[in-house]
Amino acid sequence: MYTPKKHEPVRIGFYICHCGTNIAGMIDVKAVAKYVATLANVVVSRDYKYMCSDPGQEMIVQDIIENRLNRIVVAACSPLLHEHTFREATRRGGLNPFFFQMVNVREHDSWVHTNREEATRKAMALARAAIQRVPLHKPLEVKKVSINPNVLVVGGGIAGIHAALVLANAGKQVYLVERDPTIGGHMAKFDKTFPTLDCAMCVLSPKMAAAGSHPNITLWSYSEVVKVDGFVGNFKVTVRRKPRYVLEDLCTGCQECVEACIYKEPKFRDDFNLGLGKRKPIFLPFPQAIPPVTLIDPETCIELKTGKCKKTCVEACGDRKAIDFKQKEELREITVGTIIVATGFQIFDAKRTPYYGYGIYPNVYNSLEVERLVNASGPTGGEIVLRNGQVPKKVAIIHCVGSRDENTNRWCSRVCCLYSLKLAHLIHEHTQAEIYNFYIDIRTPGKGMEEFYCRIAEEGINLIRGRVADVYPDPSDGATGRLIVQAEDTMLDCIMKVPVDMVVLAVGLEPNPDSEKIRRLFNMSCSSEGWFLERHPKLAPVSTFTDGIFLAGCCQGPKDIPDSVAQAGAAAAEAFSLIDKGHIEQEPNTAFVVEAECSGCKSCIPLCPYTAISLLPDKKKAYINEALCKGCGTCVGSCPSGSIVQNLFEDAEIFNEIEGLLAPTSV
Amino acid sequence: MHNETPPPAGNGSWTPRIVAFFCNWCTYTAADLAGVSRMKYAANTRTIRVMCSGRIDPQFIVEAFAKGADGVLIGGCHPNDCHYAEGNYKMLRRFALLKRLLKDLGIAEARLRLEWISAAEGEKVKSVINDMVAKLTVLGPLDVPGKVADWDRELSQLVAAADAAPVEHEVIHA
Amino acid sequence: MPKPKVAFYWCASCGGCEETVVDLAEDILAVVEKVDIVLWPVAMDFKYQDVEAMADQSIFATLLNGAIRSTEQEAMARLLRRKSRYLIAYGSCACTGGIPGLANQFPREQILQFNYEEAPTVVNEKKIRPQLVFEDQGRRPHLPELHQVVRALDQVVDVDYYIPGCPPTPKITKAAVSALLDGRLPPKGAVLAPDIALCEECPRRDSKPADLSFTGFKRTHQKLLDPQLCLLAQGVVCMGPATRQGCGAQCPSGNMPCTGCFGGTDRVKDQGAKMLSSLCANLTAKDENEIDQALEGIPDPVGTFYRYGLAKSLLRRKVDLPSGNGK
Repeated sequence: MYTPKKHEPVRIGFYICHCGTNIAGMIDVKAVAKYVATLANVVVSRDYKYMCSDPGQEMIVQDIIENRLNRIVVAACSPLLHEHTFREATRRGGLNPFFFQMVNVREHDSWVHTNREEATRKAMALARAAIQRVPLHKPLEVKKVSINPNVLVVGGGIAGIHAALVLANAGKQVYLVERDPTIGGHMAKFDKTFPTLDCAMCVLSPKMAAAGSHPNITLWSYSEVVKVDGFVGNFKVTVRRKPRYVLEDLCTGCQECVEACIYKEPKFRDDFNLGLGKRKPIFLPFPQAIPPVTLIDPETCIELKTGKCKKTCVEACGDRKAIDFKQKEELREITVGTIIVATGFQIFDAKRTPYYGYGIYPNVYNSLEVERLVNASGPTGGEIVLRNGQVPKKVAIIHCVGSRDENTNRWCSRVCCLYSLKLAHLIHEHTQAEIYNFYIDIRTPGKGMEEFYCRIAEEGINLIRGRVADVYPDPSDGATGRLIVQAEDTMLDCIMKVPVDMVVLAVGLEPNPDSEKIRRLFNMSCSSEGWFLERHPKLAPVSTFTDGIFLAGCCQGPKDIPDSVAQAGAAAAEAFSLIDKGHIEQEPNTAFVVEAECSGCKSCIPLCPYTAISLLPDKKKAYINEALCKGCGTCVGSCPSGSIVQNLFEDAEIFNEIEGLLAPTSV
Repeated sequence: MHNETPPPAGNGSWTPRIVAFFCNWCTYTAADLAGVSRMKYAANTRTIRVMCSGRIDPQFIVEAFAKGADGVLIGGCHPNDCHYAEGNYKMLRRFALLKRLLKDLGIAEARLRLEWISAAEGEKVKSVINDMVAKLTVLGPLDVPGKVADWDRELSQLVAAADAAPVEHEVIHA
Repeated sequence: MPKPKVAFYWCASCGGCEETVVDLAEDILAVVEKVDIVLWPVAMDFKYQDVEAMADQSIFATLLNGAIRSTEQEAMARLLRRKSRYLIAYGSCACTGGIPGLANQFPREQILQFNYEEAPTVVNEKKIRPQLVFEDQGRRPHLPELHQVVRALDQVVDVDYYIPGCPPTPKITKAAVSALLDGRLPPKGAVLAPDIALCEECPRRDSKPADLSFTGFKRTHQKLLDPQLCLLAQGVVCMGPATRQGCGAQCPSGNMPCTGCFGGTDRVKDQGAKMLSSLCANLTAKDENEIDQALEGIPDPVGTFYRYGLAKSLLRRKVDLPSGNGK
């Protein structure tokens, strides 16, 4: 590689691309080339039809060699498109690729202006700015950062489980961290899934078991990520393991402790069943829980609260000695190279739409509660039984609760029409009840979904197009808890008041309440709605703006199970691709402190969001850790004595650009 | 807010020159999007790309005015969406005081403008630029170099800067 | 071998720089012994004709203090440039315009009007102004004219070296003069003070926290200042981080914040803009109203950030002021 000597005169090659007529149609490219030829340090000044083509690039290579050029400027499309291409051409000519500067005369000029003279003058100014900047460019090396092969998957729902299995099967060490005491996520709560109506747990539980027993997966349930330090390839993650008071290694999942608990009957709110059922202080979340280990709730266990229990559970456990009331929370530190965030969603809290009566009238349920009722291992053994013990004969299902609504959430939650049709079918199957689905639109995209819709519709469900305005007790029959559902049937053009025994609210999907906290932990962006932001909506749906951190499942946006699994596989593949390559290349636009010039004023230290700047204790000067620096340049702009420099964006380079832009350009 | 593209200035007549500092991830990308969508707007801006609006040193802004800009436009990511977490807040804070400082030095507030433009807001690039050009056209030229040259005429002998002698270089045309 | 000739001259200044030369105390005798002082208006009698009569470049070094803001000062600066081998801008006024530079915020007419008519202690009902030329019994004395614009020395003539400070300390003056006499000079155009900011030599530096952020600013009369703690940490604007060292942190040692008289470092084109950048970046507030509120403690940004350097800042002067050339 050619390295110019310090005081060697600068010899610039300038090229302006026609891009067919995309540029040349509005900008007089020959005039620009002619003008640039008059500028200092310019040795070659050409215009050419397609610079990014092979012959175009080859021209650069040949010119460098034949004319001893040591700087290249290309005026063409956006650097976001072809900067890399021309840097490569520069490199092939034997120069350091960073002796190159690109000028955007297409997206920012020929495509957006209508007056040829003005567009040409602007192109000349932009070119001149680059010609004045490029002599100051330094030979830089791309940063290579090595990638630790371990992976962290945050969230043990279907997406997290699938991603973990894909990577574990490929031989990588995966840490699967799940906040709840068991993996499975929301899918574990479902009864049957659309469109095939296969049983959710039947599909899920083999995957859960595989994840729980895979030699390459370290499953940390009842655990949370509390700190993430480092950068792609080398994340140092701190995980807090909450105490179950039951030792995972020793418990066999026999549940004799639950049987023997001092509480003869379950008395406490069962969260897995959304409060519809009860549990004891020591419990297994659900029968197929992975890990199959019980846990003790410190809020309700007598021993943990008062220390004065007979501890019949310990007795029942016997020789296994798996119960340990003295267990403390643990902080564990791991190092991983890539992270997949699959933290899922929460359902919309229907109390925010009080006109539907949720939490007010006992016969109003949300869809997840109904899943539990319908589920054979649910609190009612699969029977649809209301809180007053009755079996409903008429059921209303209200679509779009907390979705497509300016007052709550504007987005469409993607799955509710389908699951509402599914629930209509399941409720009817269990109870023979008359079902009314109130919808705004029926949205059933996807493979087999339209067919599913037709099948359900043909079963005799009443589908009414009209948003439900109100749900209120039937004035003629208050005692049984009967409700009136009032809606306008927009097809029949009449107001309907339908008396029903049960109202099911098809609640939408929302970001988790702590998504803001999680995104800051992983330095990710959120969309305005709160879903984690993908790098590009079309071309990069599983990566984030932070290198090495990927997304899978509903945390990125509402989607159904097939799409969650597909996305999880994609995230795993991208993580695997990074790991397999072994290193990542980063643009060398980091900042560094010039130690001799730094006064130790410490003004820069609190500015860095990546905590890349620290104070050297002995020299009392600021120091930037190159590996942590992301190249934003905020410290550079702030340093009051000008002692921090940013590669590729030095002060002198930008000052020269400003001067070049404003100099007179008449030819 | 003006949205129509102002008609091009006739030959030789003055039209504002605006130096724009756009952050790579949001505003520069939005300007690219405006280009890809073939939106049309006034040709008065010249863009300098930086990685983050936090990089923008107030010296750059003052230098732009000193070298002849009639206006300076800064484009960054919306608050809370900065690709580097909080760089745009640093720019916002500098802007608050710089605005006042420049006003005290005779530069009207409308000449320095800070806009949050996300990568999807190509339309906003167009409307902001058109609006700024319209407003600056009314304000008139700032022309600090011209003014300085005028001030320095009061010196008994202007020290003429010696121009570098033109270098004899071969220039190769395609 | 004849002693090298040395000249001191003062332009738009307060006399403080001359004090520094006197403050060299015993050292001044050593200086006087080694050099031949040919011009020193504050201390010696001389006539302009004497200077005009000297051969070009015959003065080895001229230390010129004060800003250039009148025709007389401009003429003397040019004259001394011709007659001196080394012309040194001495003190903040000559280096960067100094406090007189702040007049660049006002039109000349407004200044004259205030001083001759509006100032509280002026009694001048007839609004008499001094004339540039006066006829008196066949003689025509004349007064220099005030320029419209206050300038630093190098905005008028070519300058060899700069000794900053308001005033420069005896220490750096002595060091510069010794270097001159011994021929140990850095490249032309250098500032003869270390090119690193004040914090490095400030005794309060260690007390500054590494996570300092501002919720507001106080001016020095608004609070009792702790003599040990970093002044920025006390919420007072201290220009130290943006100002060259070399003065020994005299002001912080005297329990006052640095006001920036040594000017910015070589890497900085506009000292005021850099300090503004640093202070603002370290504000806590994120909301526009809160930011404005926090910045209320800096009511006069020009006076705070450009106290000594307005004339050499990137804009130099309030840009909408008249040039006086009839335009």
